[in-house]
Amino acid sequence: MMLQSVPSISPGALLKVDDLVVEYPVGSKIVHAVSGVSLQIARGETLGLVGESGCGKSTLGRAVLQLRRPTAGRVSFDGQDLTAMHGEALRRMRQRVQLIFQDPIASLNPRRRIGDIVAEPLVIAGVKDPEKRKQLVYEVLAAVGLDPNLVVGRLPHEFSGGQCQRICIARALVLNPEFIVCDEPVSALDVSIRAQILNLLEEMKGRFGLTLLFIAHDLAVVKAVSDRVAVMYLGRLCEVGPSEQLFAHPAHPYTALLIEAIPVPDPDVRPTETVPIGEPPSPIAPPSGCRFRTRCPRADQRCSDEMPELRAVAPGQLVACHHPLI
Amino acid sequence: MTGNSLLSVEDVTVNLPTPRGNLRAVDHVDLTVGAGRTLGVVGESGCGKTMLSRAILQLLPKKAKLSGRVMFDGQDLLKLSPEKLRQLRGRSLAVVFQDPMTSLNPVLTIGTQLIETLQEHLELDDAAATRRSVELLAAVGIPAPEQRLAQYPHQLSGGMRQRVAIAIALSCEPKLLIADEPTTALDVTIQAQILDLLAREQRRRHMAMIIITHDLGVVAGRTDEVAVMYAGRVVERAPTPDLFKKMRMPYTEALLAALPRLDAAPHTPLPAISGRPPDPTRPLRGCSFSPRCRYALARCQAEKPALEAAETSAHTFACFHPIETRADANA
Ligand SMILES: Nc1ncnc2c1ncn2[C@@H]1O[C@H](COP(=O)(O)OP(=O)(O)OP(=O)(O)O)[C@@H](O)[C@H]1O
Ligand SMILES: Nc1ncnc2c1ncn2[C@@H]1O[C@H](COP(=O)(O)OP(=O)(O)OP(=O)(O)O)[C@@H](O)[C@H]1O
Ligand code: SF4
Ligand code: SF4
Ligand SMILES: [Mg+2]
Ligand SMILES: [Mg+2]
Repeated sequence: MMLQSVPSISPGALLKVDDLVVEYPVGSKIVHAVSGVSLQIARGETLGLVGESGCGKSTLGRAVLQLRRPTAGRVSFDGQDLTAMHGEALRRMRQRVQLIFQDPIASLNPRRRIGDIVAEPLVIAGVKDPEKRKQLVYEVLAAVGLDPNLVVGRLPHEFSGGQCQRICIARALVLNPEFIVCDEPVSALDVSIRAQILNLLEEMKGRFGLTLLFIAHDLAVVKAVSDRVAVMYLGRLCEVGPSEQLFAHPAHPYTALLIEAIPVPDPDVRPTETVPIGEPPSPIAPPSGCRFRTRCPRADQRCSDEMPELRAVAPGQLVACHHPLI
Repeated sequence: MTGNSLLSVEDVTVNLPTPRGNLRAVDHVDLTVGAGRTLGVVGESGCGKTMLSRAILQLLPKKAKLSGRVMFDGQDLLKLSPEKLRQLRGRSLAVVFQDPMTSLNPVLTIGTQLIETLQEHLELDDAAATRRSVELLAAVGIPAPEQRLAQYPHQLSGGMRQRVAIAIALSCEPKLLIADEPTTALDVTIQAQILDLLAREQRRRHMAMIIITHDLGVVAGRTDEVAVMYAGRVVERAPTPDLFKKMRMPYTEALLAALPRLDAAPHTPLPAISGRPPDPTRPLRGCSFSPRCRYALARCQAEKPALEAAETSAHTFACFHPIETRADANA
């Protein structure tokens, strides 16, 4: 009875992930990158996904889009099971979903002109008419705040990081997708450009009616754009809940730690120095029971014996912890 | 101030010849850091933070032209021989870069690198140097330090590598540590740990420190003084509490406003600074921030504002229409 696991399937969910497992074989060992993650994203919603480096965020994002086939579990998009889809059907489905990467400069081919880079998804999707392609490319470049006439003929190295991210966003939008996985789209950008790109993503979301999975390791950034936030640790979800609720009343000790770690631009707020020393354990041999227990101030015997399942602690807020903070 | 400061940067300008013409990376900068004090240097990418720290360290690119004076611990660094400078750098003047691999050698073990640094600058035998290395690794929060000595940098995570780089930087008890975006490449939790570590060691050793970052949040609770840079110049400088309570420069205000705030509701648009910093190869008339400044008036395009004092001489800013007095200026 204790385990009131995953929320019941809501009719509005555009994306549903059920008990997703992704493992990487490395030599004779196995990296448990994602170990049984379930979540849903409603149409028009932004779900933020946060967690430390190596916790499996990108792996989850790529497995959702079937860019990496999951080891087990199911991903359905708009009612169709992507994990069972192959060949032409999967290719057509992929036009409705897109991915934006962390490193904007590295994700653009340095030898191709911007016009061709942004047109590439159209070519793959079979838009044969060059005039039509040009028109769509110009429209989308203008939408992300670039002057198409000045941009199309140039090469990526002629642009700053922020401009390259605009180009990546244009490329992701050109097919008019419904769903985008944004994998740390602003982590490599500095404060002022970061704000520009976050605003742009929000504007594009409104204009194109997008649904987003927004991945980041910075909770403040995630809060700025997300309706709900999912916190991930070493391949598993710790907590999911509405953004405001999660920040005001974190239920999982790890969520509380992440919030505490955010640098506050106020000299009267002295940094706490309570963040535990140490780093996440290896995903090759994750701890038994609760995976956070090696760094958790509240850990006890039960935490090493029994794996906590997600259960509701407040409306819409789920936590996987034996001794939650609320 | 100059009399009792450990470091004083006097009218330092760094010019770099590039294929597109001369690039002014650092433009007439004056700064001082007292013994045991912490200075934050904040500004957007490309504003010259790294070039300024490289000017202090005398580690500029070969073709760079430096003018002005850098006084450290009573010595004029521009006049020191390369040999003397090298000794000074490992010893009383240390640096930690954004990418720890810049300071670590990938083909040497952690132990070899620590022990070599220690023995180069201090008279220690192998046993003493090894013991000291283990202590240093433990002090920077590395678990099982004895075993780490035999490991290579690539066998460690990014956060662990940065800790090792800090251990090496701290190994000879420097008087000044320059940390150039030491946490920008790291996670928030690891960032907090590394910043705490630096603050703790700084206090414990009574070491002076310069923290370079683009995030005002990073310097807020951790520095005595902040210098805000824009387009190669220091445009505002103040004791940290004064800066946050009474910032005068529109640019400082804009940098702070652009940070996502935890107390704002989701989907609140961020007051981003539009556009980008000016091209440093082009000469610029007037205030370098004027193309992006929401308060700019005609004078801002015509004349360059000089640094002037606010209420106290410790707080200086370069703006014709500073925050608070803007109403009078407009009237
Ligand atoms: N192709 C791969 N082969 C083997 N292991 C991998 C592979 N890709 C990722 N991993 C491992 O899987 C785990 C999860 O990695 P992932 O990239 O998904 O994390 P992340 O949360 O996106 O981290 P970051 O914030 O650094 O991007 C890590 O331990 C990583 O080293
Ligand atoms: N080796 C170099 N040769 C020529 N120009 C350079 C060189 N290194 C940096 N620059 C230029 O000098 C200016 C100042 O660069 P600097 O690296 O000091 O900026 P920064 O403030 O440290 O930026 P970031 O936050 O990105 O590290 C920039 O315009 C940069 O493009
Ligand atoms: S289950 Fe136990 S170890 Fe895990 S977060 Fe909760 S209290 Fe900590
Ligand atoms: S001098 Fe003018 S343009 Fe420059 S910061 Fe002040 S108000 Fe803005
Ligand atoms: Mg990732
Ligand atoms: Mg730099």
